[in-house]
Amino acid sequence: MHNNCMEQTRNEMLMQIREYNFSIIELALYLDTHPEDKKALCLHKEYCKSLKDLEDKYQKVYGPLTIKYPCNKWRWLEEPWPWEGDAN
Amino acid sequence: MWTYSKKLEYPVNIKCPDPRLAKVIISQYGGPDGELAASLRYLSQRFGMPDQNAKAILNDIGTEELAHLEMVGSIVHQLTKGASIEEIEKAGLAPYYTDHGVDVYPQSAAGVPFTAAYIACKGDPIANLQEDLAAEQKARATYEKLIDLCRDNPDVIDPLRFLREREVVHFQRFGEALRGVQDKLANRKFYMNNDCNVKPATDNNDCGCGN
Repeated sequence: MHNNCMEQTRNEMLMQIREYNFSIIELALYLDTHPEDKKALCLHKEYCKSLKDLEDKYQKVYGPLTIKYPCNKWRWLEEPWPWEGDAN
Repeated sequence: MWTYSKKLEYPVNIKCPDPRLAKVIISQYGGPDGELAASLRYLSQRFGMPDQNAKAILNDIGTEELAHLEMVGSIVHQLTKGASIEEIEKAGLAPYYTDHGVDVYPQSAAGVPFTAAYIACKGDPIANLQEDLAAEQKARATYEKLIDLCRDNPDVIDPLRFLREREVVHFQRFGEALRGVQDKLANRKFYMNNDCNVKPATDNNDCGCGN
């Protein structure tokens, strides 16, 4: 795969992770004050699963998103940091 | 970004509340060498670090300090929980109680509210890392003084000993990061301006030979 193409896929995956992540944050805040809402709970469950699957897939290719992802070599230092702007 | 994990890094279970100890331990929450200052110091300095190791160590230690902030807050909370007004007065906490009740407010043992003046960001990676080494030693020394003051309460000493030990490890890691930064600055031209974009990915396998 071309570098550009790979970078694009990476950014797309990251954006999707961000979307699930944000949806979970938003639902959690809502559920904190509406813990009985079945529909919200159901959506939360669905997004948690989607997020986990997508993060697993992403980390296999692009390296760890957190220090809790095991690697055969220490890949935490490889990718640019999110504050560096290019690929955050 | 961060996510919250609903557990302490090391457990805090204090069976006998003692507001006297809360009055001094709060310094490690919002005092000059406390955990709030430490986390903000490292998380702010990480942006300006010239290599991946230094960025990573500041990011990851800064993150661990947030967990320590939570531990110290838990100690202060448990030490004041259920204390009577008489106990609070006897501990010298009447002025604190007046303004904050038994909330956990970031201040020093002497009552000085937290200030960003505790944080150094000098715009110079060597100066910043030297500052961090000193900060870890000062925090270690503070924990040792607190352990002396808490000699009668083993439930408090236990997490304090853990926190003290972490300062020692952080000092070690910052020393290694500083050596890496010094080598890097000695081995190649390094332009200290905003246009200079040091590409971390290509520096990764740098053996330090300068070629």
